[in-house]
Amino acid sequence: MRRSSSLITAMAFGYAFLYAPIVLLMVYSFNASREVSVWGGFSTKWYAELLDNDAYLNAAWLSLKIAATSATGALVLGTLAALVLVRFGRFSGRLLFNGLITAPLVMPEVILGLAMLLLFVALEDLIGWPDGRGFTTIAIAHTTIGMAYATVVVRSRLAQMDDSLEEAAMDLGARPAKVFFLITLPVIAPSLVAAWLLAFTLSLDDVVVAQFVSGPGSTTLPIEVFSSVRLGVSPQVNALGTIIVVVVAVIIGLATWLASRKKR
Amino acid sequence: MSLAVRPEREIRPPAIQIRGVEKRFGDATAVAGIDLEIREGEFFSLLGPSGCGKTTLLRMMAGFETPTSGSVLIAGADMTAVPPYERPVNMMFQSYALFPHMNVADNVAFGLKQDKVPKAEIPKRVAEALDLVQMGDFAKRKPHQMSGGQRQRVALARCLVKRPKVVLLDEPLSALDKKLREKTQFELVNIQEKVGITFVMVTHDQEEAMTMSTRIAVMNAGRILQVGRPHEIYEYPTSRMVADFIGTANFFAGVVEDSQNGQVTFRAEGVAAPLVVAGNLAVGAHAAIMVRPEKIIMGREAPAGAINSVSGVVVEIAYLGDVSIYHVRLESGLVVLVTNANLRHSAEPAVTWDDRVHLSWHPGNAVLLP
Repeated sequence: MRRSSSLITAMAFGYAFLYAPIVLLMVYSFNASREVSVWGGFSTKWYAELLDNDAYLNAAWLSLKIAATSATGALVLGTLAALVLVRFGRFSGRLLFNGLITAPLVMPEVILGLAMLLLFVALEDLIGWPDGRGFTTIAIAHTTIGMAYATVVVRSRLAQMDDSLEEAAMDLGARPAKVFFLITLPVIAPSLVAAWLLAFTLSLDDVVVAQFVSGPGSTTLPIEVFSSVRLGVSPQVNALGTIIVVVVAVIIGLATWLASRKKR
Repeated sequence: MSLAVRPEREIRPPAIQIRGVEKRFGDATAVAGIDLEIREGEFFSLLGPSGCGKTTLLRMMAGFETPTSGSVLIAGADMTAVPPYERPVNMMFQSYALFPHMNVADNVAFGLKQDKVPKAEIPKRVAEALDLVQMGDFAKRKPHQMSGGQRQRVALARCLVKRPKVVLLDEPLSALDKKLREKTQFELVNIQEKVGITFVMVTHDQEEAMTMSTRIAVMNAGRILQVGRPHEIYEYPTSRMVADFIGTANFFAGVVEDSQNGQVTFRAEGVAAPLVVAGNLAVGAHAAIMVRPEKIIMGREAPAGAINSVSGVVVEIAYLGDVSIYHVRLESGLVVLVTNANLRHSAEPAVTWDDRVHLSWHPGNAVLLP
């Protein structure tokens, strides 16, 4: 089949539009020159400098910790919510519950961040917890967002699962708790991994919500990058950007692959 | 029709007793008061159209549904409130429900592990069960690497390995294609006879029920219409619904004209001559006579002195190879179905379209239905 040249041109423009900036960033991360827009030969010195930059490294470490914590929380809560939505039949308030759980998917992040901030401030006044804003508050906020995504991913897999698998296990002598751990969890395992990775990625590159609920001394990586760019762009940011793009691409790719893998 | 009428067994103790069981889902009644006794060693079928409550009844035996009222006894013990994981029955699901993340051997071993069978004994029993269904070579396969027929055997082995009192089968062959289904019917029966475990099967396929069962319960709208051995249900249905559901039937509705010495003379609508049939009904009672298409003798000449004789014109012929089905329209417009075995090797049928034919049947080959 011949493809028309106009179609190919359109596709080229589309890809260029999406990816040229990112490719440019990756290329310039290997630039020897300090000038961001002048090519001065190949070098990996910005990567080396990045590794000596404690501010970036600390921010990255904090971001990873928050991402792992919130992804795990989101997975547990999301799985429970999905189980309730799929397995408990038509209880009253099901529609409302469904809407409330998935609301963070469509809610503007600015509003979510502001609401979280207000909640944490009010709570601190009321019961003295959370003590200031930092790791805990960001992790809680990210868990909320991640849970919405985790619920959607796990629910679709649970809905596909053959109910008679669980009945068969029970029929063969397994009590309900055992059925859940021996049958249900292994069968939906790919979706659990996908949900965790999705929540992890969402947390890792969130700026807006984190801006609201972070405090002094708890700067996540995206916030750190934003503030350093404001002071003048260092090619270290390019190097960091390249690393993040690669890591996120790998994680998203893995999540997509696991989610789409055929039910076995 | 009935391929295997099996020899009658001695009366054995009941494996399952259903006593006054009713099941309602909200306003809908799925099972409307059923009493039933299934004896040890039987291959028992629950037969009926979809939505007749047969699957709900089976699921109440397994423990997945609790009766709204009434009780379920298994091997003499009341199991009405006992959860599925404590009942001495195992179920084979329509989808087979093999655990996709376990291989065949682990699937079969699952029930034994739940029962805390000694570890050393498990591989031996798994191998025995798989050999019984001729799947010994497939122990390491995953379910998605097998065909439907193979999965069906593994599902059966998984039920049998626990040596339950009763095996429940929910439409066990509906996922197989026709040829394989016919072969598997006999295999299932052979395995059941070998292990001697009571089988209770749910099916909507009357041929399947006839072929495999020692007894059949015909169900409709949450009730049991008739329980009996396959040939009893086919030859002596007790209601028009059963006669209509099992096989093909011609019905002649009408009024009883005379009744004496166990013989009834019957005036049927659309039939000129009076019909004679064995039975006992009061004169003037509205009833119907049922005649199976293969019980009717068809010929070009009127049989001399024959009773139950009608005549009509052939309007339709369905040639099936071994038999042909003739649609004969009587003068009144009533259409009677006649099955004729194609005994002679011939390209030309003896009776063809628009031929005038005479139909007759022996009074003993018809059934009077109230």
